[in-house]
Amino acid sequence: MQLLDLRGRSQLADRAFRWIAVGAAGIVLVVLALIAITMTDRARPVIDHMGLEFFTSSRWSVPTNTYGALGFIFGTLYTAAIAIAIAVPISFGVALFVTQAAPRWLKRPLVYTIDLLAVVPSVVFGLWGLLVMAPALGLQGSFATAGIILAIMITPIITSLSREVIETTPATDQEAALALGATRWEMITATVWPHSKGGLVGAVMLGLGRAMGETIAATLVIGNTVHLTLNPFAPGYSMPTVIANEFGEAEPLHRSALIALAVTLFVITIAVNLVATWIVQRSMRRSLGK
Amino acid sequence: MSGALDLRAKPSWRAAKDRLMTGLMLGAVAVVFVPLAAVMWSLVERGGGIVLASFPDFFTEEIPRFSRRAGPGMGPAVVGTLLATGTATLMAVPLGVLGAVYLHEYGGGGRLARLVRFMATVMTGVPSIVMGLFIYLVWTIHFGFSAFGGALALACLMLPVVIGASEQMLRLVPNHLREASYALGATRSRTILTVVLPAALPGIVSGCLLAIARAAGETAPLLFAVGAAKTFNWSVLDEANTALSMQIFSNAMDVPAAQGRAWGAALTLVLLTFLLTLTARVFTGRFALKR
Repeated sequence: MQLLDLRGRSQLADRAFRWIAVGAAGIVLVVLALIAITMTDRARPVIDHMGLEFFTSSRWSVPTNTYGALGFIFGTLYTAAIAIAIAVPISFGVALFVTQAAPRWLKRPLVYTIDLLAVVPSVVFGLWGLLVMAPALGLQGSFATAGIILAIMITPIITSLSREVIETTPATDQEAALALGATRWEMITATVWPHSKGGLVGAVMLGLGRAMGETIAATLVIGNTVHLTLNPFAPGYSMPTVIANEFGEAEPLHRSALIALAVTLFVITIAVNLVATWIVQRSMRRSLGK
Repeated sequence: MSGALDLRAKPSWRAAKDRLMTGLMLGAVAVVFVPLAAVMWSLVERGGGIVLASFPDFFTEEIPRFSRRAGPGMGPAVVGTLLATGTATLMAVPLGVLGAVYLHEYGGGGRLARLVRFMATVMTGVPSIVMGLFIYLVWTIHFGFSAFGGALALACLMLPVVIGASEQMLRLVPNHLREASYALGATRSRTILTVVLPAALPGIVSGCLLAIARAAGETAPLLFAVGAAKTFNWSVLDEANTALSMQIFSNAMDVPAAQGRAWGAALTLVLLTFLLTLTARVFTGRFALKR
């Protein structure tokens, strides 16, 4: 019989492996630090040039070196808001149907098919929105067109997250409501809603973060003109789309302005994402802990 | 649970309301299927037409120098997508899996592990266009256009996803497997490499495939890193390249002949991502760890 030798080289290898793993995990920190440092550094020239007016002016004129980001910030928030307004009722409806009303055999195929929507690349939705959907609905490139396309893209994410949240509702609560003679809808309003409210808010916010950062699909259908108007059918512009359109042939200060836009976008989406993750985790922990 | 259950309304009204709401839920499902079906139909009708009309030239011919010319092909874009996505996978998957091994097997609830986990969440939320600009500033400015620049950007996007998916799978490996291995005298690294990782492998593979499918469809991160070649470029590190997603983007607003090629490229790209997703499903379905 061979004896196990537990000394010497294997211990060295053990320690080396541990450090390799630490290093791999550390890459996340390095990359994020690099992003923060390089981007803010490159964004500084335009802030020095424009001051706070960079955020408060909507005048963006490359020939006169005037860079005001307000129009793009507004466009990003407005299209994302339209997308959320469309996607949320639909996502909740689908999530409720799948968890509460669908016959058992239908659940899996439904979930798989909706997940397929999530895999379709965004540029394909952009192409379809530009050449098929917009002409069919009689729409030009506008806030609304971009909002609809973004809504289609974030629906699968919001649906699958809310499905998970809703599924944590204790079966005993639901059975109790039904045993009292409640209809299915009354059972949902009495047990599922109060139980999942927090998690559902988080799911919506994660969808919001996704909608604000989406670039390519929006670039093809938003209209690419700055307009500060609430008319959803006016052409618009947003932070990621102007970066995609103008960065390629930009002069240094123009470039700095676009990078400052990227930093702004980065900060907003990260804030939304973190709050969302926090809300989802808190509500999941609370419902699982009980 | 709180939430008042008020059953005093007229039974017929309550039943009607219930039916109405169930109807609305069904309506929502129908609404979701409309765009999915419409996109698939457009892809098959417009993309399928052009791909089949010039099969297999569509995948082997170069992209016409003048976009007005109708006909194939998209060969260089297929090569570019495979090179950039493949290289990104080679970087992000080993690093991501090792990172997850640290988080779950070594770090646990420690301070560094918590920090990395938090930052990985932050990194998942970085918009892809921001990642594209970042790679432009640290790589493309110095080394010029190449598939590798695009791969770097894609790898940065994939890394947190791979870490998250892998850690979740490691969490499913039952502790008694680790304990049995330690009891036999195996070291920690040995246990991880020969017991834990093999047990979690199918789930990790599936998570990685989904991350790869996402990355293959990305456009924004490649925009300022890959360039716009129209001829074949098999080199990862040298010279401008192109990708299916970028060809779809640039041809979408071009003349009809170019838009035709965009549809063909879109069909190719969607088939590629669906294939990866389907393979992932098979892995999760067949070899999944029992919870």
